[in-house]
Amino acid sequence: MNTSGPGFGVYVHWPFCKAKCPYCDFNSHVRHGGVDAMDFAQGLAQELKYMRALCGPRTLDSVFFGGGTPSLMPPQAVDYVLRAIDELWGLGDLAEVTLEANPTSIEAENFKGYRAAGVNRVSVGVQALDDADLAKLGRQHSVEEALAAFRLARDIFPRVSFDLIYARPGQSLAAWQAELARALEEAAGHMSLYQLTIEPGTAYHDLFHAGKLTIPDDDHAAALFELTQEMTQAAGLRAYEVSNHALPGQESRHNLIYWRYGDYAGAGPGAHGRITTPEHKLALSTLKDPEGWRQAVAKQGHALVESNVLSACDQGFEYLIMGLRLTEGISLNRYARLTGQSIPKDRMAALVEEGMITHHDDMVAATPAGRRLLNALIARLAGI
Amino acid sequence: MTPWPANAKHAAMTDLSHIRNFSIIAHIDHGKSTLADRIIQLCGNVSDREMKDQILDSMDIERERGITIKANTVRLEYKAKDGKQYVLNLIDTPGHVDFAYEVNRSLAACEGSLLVVDASQGVEAQTLANVYQAINNHHEIVPVLNKVDLPAAEPERVRQQIEDVIGIDASGAVPISAKTGIGVPDVLEAIVNLLPPPKGDATAPLKALLVDSWYDSYLGVVVLVRIIDGELKKGQRIKLMSTDAHYLVERVGVFRPKQEMRASLGPGEIGFFTGSIKQVADTRVGDTVTDEKRECVEALPGFKPAQPVVFAGFFPVDASKFEDLREAMGKLRLNDASFSYEMETSAALGFGFRCGFLGLLHLEIIRERIEREFNVDIITTAPSVIYHINMRDGTQMEMHNPADMPDVMQIDNIEEPWIEATILVPDEYLGTVLKLCEDRRGRQKQLTYAGSRAMVVYNLPLNEVVFDFYDRLKSVTRGYASFDYHITGYEQGDLVRMGILVNAEPVDALSMVVHRARAEQRGRVMCEKLKDLIPRHMFQIPIQASIGGKIVARETLSALRKDVTAKCYGGDISRKRKLLDKQKEGKKKMRQFGKVEIPQEAFIAALKMDEN
Repeated sequence: MNTSGPGFGVYVHWPFCKAKCPYCDFNSHVRHGGVDAMDFAQGLAQELKYMRALCGPRTLDSVFFGGGTPSLMPPQAVDYVLRAIDELWGLGDLAEVTLEANPTSIEAENFKGYRAAGVNRVSVGVQALDDADLAKLGRQHSVEEALAAFRLARDIFPRVSFDLIYARPGQSLAAWQAELARALEEAAGHMSLYQLTIEPGTAYHDLFHAGKLTIPDDDHAAALFELTQEMTQAAGLRAYEVSNHALPGQESRHNLIYWRYGDYAGAGPGAHGRITTPEHKLALSTLKDPEGWRQAVAKQGHALVESNVLSACDQGFEYLIMGLRLTEGISLNRYARLTGQSIPKDRMAALVEEGMITHHDDMVAATPAGRRLLNALIARLAGI
Repeated sequence: MTPWPANAKHAAMTDLSHIRNFSIIAHIDHGKSTLADRIIQLCGNVSDREMKDQILDSMDIERERGITIKANTVRLEYKAKDGKQYVLNLIDTPGHVDFAYEVNRSLAACEGSLLVVDASQGVEAQTLANVYQAINNHHEIVPVLNKVDLPAAEPERVRQQIEDVIGIDASGAVPISAKTGIGVPDVLEAIVNLLPPPKGDATAPLKALLVDSWYDSYLGVVVLVRIIDGELKKGQRIKLMSTDAHYLVERVGVFRPKQEMRASLGPGEIGFFTGSIKQVADTRVGDTVTDEKRECVEALPGFKPAQPVVFAGFFPVDASKFEDLREAMGKLRLNDASFSYEMETSAALGFGFRCGFLGLLHLEIIRERIEREFNVDIITTAPSVIYHINMRDGTQMEMHNPADMPDVMQIDNIEEPWIEATILVPDEYLGTVLKLCEDRRGRQKQLTYAGSRAMVVYNLPLNEVVFDFYDRLKSVTRGYASFDYHITGYEQGDLVRMGILVNAEPVDALSMVVHRARAEQRGRVMCEKLKDLIPRHMFQIPIQASIGGKIVARETLSALRKDVTAKCYGGDISRKRKLLDKQKEGKKKMRQFGKVEIPQEAFIAALKMDEN
């Protein structure tokens, strides 16, 4: 792990899915007529070249293929993009290269190819260990199929993450306890455990607001969250972030760059980036429509629709929003460097007294109680 | 024939018999404005292009709420079936209990009234009150049954009801539909044939009734007058008798409904003049206008000035808008002498104003105008009445604000204003109305029936009425009850000041004076309401009502249990930051009390206490 700073990463977005899951609000698109994957990969390489010009030479710590469903990429497309990245920044053996994978048997057939292309970590979206719930979530795989795919991944890749969605409609504490216990037996060093949330623009959002979908209330969701912390802790998978648990050293280096508020370049439809230039810190994002994105890249080398200078105040907010998600917390000196201001001492003292944060020397971190109320906590620290 | 050639001397006197001055009395929604619109159209004063609904209601709020606040007049010319040309002056009057005072002065300027009653709804309490005022003003009254084209109309039953309840002859009532225009020509004929012409002496010294005045950005202060005797001319020097103020008349005119300048106005006529009058407050409604050099012998009796009866604090939501609020108040006061204000400071809400109103509707209208016309968002505190506090040392103080309550040990007793309320209600709702009045410490004075409707007269303490009595009355009777009141006097009561504590911090803007017997229930309702209105915080918050240090009601707002975003990666930062920015904006609408943030709705909701 790069310990000298937050590090630098590259994010690659593959926007296509076989079907849209009803809870997902990511930039994903279904193309029944198929996708020209190699043409798309060329577009990604082209946009990455533009990003390289923007951010200059960097030591690359991580590459992440997210989506959509990047496990629908043919291995040669992954290989093509990674070669481009290696040419642009240099991709050393120490860099983490992660790909998000859906555990269907078809996609599992690509695993060996990905490994050969240089992928050394996969994040497997098992999502549930209950066939009925998987169907409700719109997933294309069964529990058995998912576990088979996960075991295969575990054999092929040095590092894997086992990903689940909980606090699902009707999920009891006992049911989640049993499910998580089973998952902990299978997992290998890393788990991402997300509570289901209702996001605008999803099918679940419409159902929820029509009163046709009930999700656990705050109290129940809090109980499920507590249980999750206890069980993962007991299994040695420490919560290093709100929804992420790992054995020491098995943390996602890529995601740590985000949470430590480091720089990252994004390529692909709807990809975001944060790039520090000698003058500014820029917030970047690209066109979300895949075909529109491809045309823009062909025409101008990139499909940026947003390139905003972040003010000192913006950077302060962003650092708090991301950094306090981590168990390690934030550095007060770094906050002061970003914003030119310090967090008032009385504001912190009150939160320490309420048991919401700890404050040791330069570091401020949310306690387990504070992490559960993180949005409110961040607002208080930010003086809102 | 043009009845009033501007250059004809004393022309008015010869034609007095061709003038009819009238107003329209009606309950809200019974069709007063629609009928006025039809009459104006029939007399051909307004082209179709200029015609819009409720032409006499000039303020947006008047149009939206279907109420009339300012007295509006229109001078119409009508050729009757007898072949003669008549001048009809219509003075529109407000229909709401808060503006009873304005009704009275408008009625004093006319000789007759049209009593418009919805043929399906029947007579309502406000109608009753206004008709009695018209009778007191010696008006001839022509009943008009409106909406006879509706299937639910029962004109015969309503005609009978007018006779039973009001006690006037309704045999000549004119059936109409103001909406379709059916029967409206008959109304015009009835005005000419049944209402008396004004009396007056054109050769006598000028004597005119000051009916209303307002500020016009082009003309300055415009004074509406009804000439009793003599003539009012451009260039004349006049005197307002009660204030002994002298002015030079600069313009004289009539409303048709647009302003039309005239050389003079004669007896029986209604019109306006302008002079070098600086502010509306310099003119007193009901005053007598006379000639400076040739004064009339006796002034008109005049009116008692309107007294504010309900008080509430207005505070800007955004403290930096205080000066804007001050300006808004000043401008509104220019046109509304019955609205009063003085500066107030609240520990909780900062700088603001304590304002006096004629009633709750008046309060709401002013609040809405400040927000709408002056774009200043305001927090309104719970309304209060004026209490008379008799101190042990024999002195008496008037208290407009519960925050000003002196130390209980120094108080001998407190007196509160009482009203006499008249409520008309269909008998199936009588039980719930009686219960409502009893719950509000009411004392029944009278209960009579007219057909299927009951008329109840109650004495009630005003402080039980200012909160939400009217809203409750409407809801328990599904809108079928009507209500009117006047203040009868002050009575001693066992009154206490109830304070509200949020997380052990007093919130002065929520304190109120209540009757001891009602304090616990009021406190409980308030605490429950606040519990729903205050968002959950990171800690648990006690909400308490207290009287003199003793807690009488308590609720606990539990702490927030979970408030964390499950997924937050590189693509989510901008969205999260924008949410935080939005939260920062929303925070301006919150008030901080110790560690707790209270949204402004909480203060507004204190106005509307639902007891169920």
